[in-house]
Amino acid sequence: MRPLRDIAVVAFGQTDHRRTSDELSEVEMLLPVLHEVLDRTGLQTGDIGFTCSGSSDYLAGRAFSFTMALDGVGAWPPISESHVEMDGAWALYEAWTKLLTGDADTALVYAYGKSSPGSVRDVLTRQLDPYYMAPLWPDSVALAALQARALIDAGETDELALASVAARSRASATANSHAQLRGPVPQGDYLVRPLRTGDCPPIGDGAAAVILAAGDRARELCERPAWIRGIDHRIEAHSLGVRDLTDSPSTRLAAERAGAFERPVDTAELHAPFTSQEVVLRKALRLDDSVRVNPSGGALAANPVMAAGLIRIGEAAARVHRGESDRALAHATSGPCLQQNLVAVLEGDAR
Amino acid sequence: MSKEPVAVVGIGQTKHVAARRDVSIAGLVREAAQRALRDAELTWADIDAVVIGKAPDFFEGVMMPELYLADALGAVGKPMLRVHTAGSVGGSTALVAANLVAARVHGTVLTLAFEKQSESNAMWGLSLPVPFQQPLLAGAGGFFAPHVRAYMRRTGAPDTVGSLVAYKDRRNALKNPYAHLHEHDITLEKVQASPMLWDPIRYSETCPSSDGACAMVLTDRAGAARSPRPPAWMHGGAMRSEPTLFAGKDCVSPQAGKDCAADVYRQAGVADPRRDIDAVEMYVPFSWYEPMWLENLGFADEGEGWKLTEAGVTELEGDLPVNMSGGVLSTNPIGASGMIRFAEAALQVRGQAGEHQVDGARRVLGHAYGGGSQFFSMWLVGAAPPAS
Repeated sequence: MRPLRDIAVVAFGQTDHRRTSDELSEVEMLLPVLHEVLDRTGLQTGDIGFTCSGSSDYLAGRAFSFTMALDGVGAWPPISESHVEMDGAWALYEAWTKLLTGDADTALVYAYGKSSPGSVRDVLTRQLDPYYMAPLWPDSVALAALQARALIDAGETDELALASVAARSRASATANSHAQLRGPVPQGDYLVRPLRTGDCPPIGDGAAAVILAAGDRARELCERPAWIRGIDHRIEAHSLGVRDLTDSPSTRLAAERAGAFERPVDTAELHAPFTSQEVVLRKALRLDDSVRVNPSGGALAANPVMAAGLIRIGEAAARVHRGESDRALAHATSGPCLQQNLVAVLEGDAR
Repeated sequence: MSKEPVAVVGIGQTKHVAARRDVSIAGLVREAAQRALRDAELTWADIDAVVIGKAPDFFEGVMMPELYLADALGAVGKPMLRVHTAGSVGGSTALVAANLVAARVHGTVLTLAFEKQSESNAMWGLSLPVPFQQPLLAGAGGFFAPHVRAYMRRTGAPDTVGSLVAYKDRRNALKNPYAHLHEHDITLEKVQASPMLWDPIRYSETCPSSDGACAMVLTDRAGAARSPRPPAWMHGGAMRSEPTLFAGKDCVSPQAGKDCAADVYRQAGVADPRRDIDAVEMYVPFSWYEPMWLENLGFADEGEGWKLTEAGVTELEGDLPVNMSGGVLSTNPIGASGMIRFAEAALQVRGQAGEHQVDGARRVLGHAYGGGSQFFSMWLVGAAPPAS
């Protein structure tokens, strides 16, 4: 589907992602990032046409946790605003549709998550089927290990190949000052077979923000806007028993709808918290070795839950802004074993 | 650029009750969705995307339940979005779904909101301690009672007005087969004699805790043309938010509510809401919010809202009926309550509200609010397609 209006990512900011941030509230963590994207575009809160955020009450450990972040935005006079209880990539999708209607020309999108106060592996079990699965407390690493085992058994990868994904990601992350895990990181012991600590994402806290703008407004605000040529997301069945864990049909369909296969991309930012998931996504997205995958280090270098997907879009856009990419793909995921997937295609104007 | 007009062609809700022990969460939402599809005479295959909303995940104890509900709502292979904007979420969810149609991203969208409060304890869910913040352990009633008191002091409203609203809404609920509270023996005296919970709010002036879901099928002009029953057309929709607590906040009549209504009226070409709008489904969890919102939404001048209530203007047979369905005071599955307001507004202009139908309702406002009176979402629907 070709969007009816040209909409671009014009600014992106993120925190330094860290294992703990005890001294900061979520609002305090978020605020510098909001200011960063506003400063970069010269916009003020009152200039923004629509605001949308993504976060999760279960990470914050309390209901209505997003309301405090709104206070940080400075929603006065009142603003047009919404929130998704999802990764910020889906907040960006909601903002994109809002701009498409013509009701707004600019949008502020932000997302944040602090995993450090609790055990994120346990917390994520609460998003499973509450009657049959959640009572068994299968944690996120164990579920990802099931997927990794299925891939190895299918001959799609092996432990050595997974280790090379980890090493490449963290080597790339040395160029990313915000990343949590950088450079040579030992592959470590098994966490849940066949996954070693190196195959798993770091647990950390972080926030990110993006500004979207439509048409000429985007050109005014950014030298080289990252035009969203297409964006789509799809969900799969929840139960792992009815899915082929070695494949990601929802990613493939979202990519198709976003126009990803119409022309090759030069860069892909994939939200693959586990090395094995990059294998699945590369296949679904038909990415060959000519594509630069996760130059930021990806979620293996920093995985602030609820912001990590938005960061993939932001990182891809930032490369377009800097002239390091002409056509980039960004991907975000949600749910166990890549249940829900979003794909965006970003392009810069011809140089 | 012009937006695609948005039509409501299917509406479904569950019979709201204190505890639906016979169904899972998935069973509950599927029931409402299937009723909406049946109303539209469509199948799951006709739906391009699903937009789901509910209030905090702690209310059922399921984190991001849309993941688990994807199968039950026929969303597998489709886009599914989960909205959460506190108590206004039911309305916001419908507006996010409407935007998908208006932006021509999708042709036909299923939107649904729910709460299954019996799965957990809402009061507990709202009372988790927050570091560095003042605990608000008094529940919603304790938070809103001082604002009601401020309204009474500001306007000089007699203290009988709240019970009039409760008496009216509970009688209206008797005409709505889906309403939770069906108090057949209700009298004004009974409302006035009920225990004082949070002075000046009495027990019978508060909302119940309900299990329930509400669903709507939204579609574009082509979809509306195929609709077997009259569609409701969206003439305007908006969301506004303001901070929770700050020195300049008017808790009695928040600016965000005024701005939100003004935006909807501008889109719909409403010059005088009292004259141009036939009926209102507004979010009234505590009875006094009816006169307060009448002013906030521009149906009465400041300080005059209670006079409309007292004069019977907001009765089902009145000049401006309010909460014909029985409202939040009779049915409150929190996350769904906003969408029920939106859906009831649409039912009215489709002429399908049954016993609580307002004769000749052509343009009806649906209203929702949430948080500390800080999140607002509204839509105005009409029997005729929008002018532009």
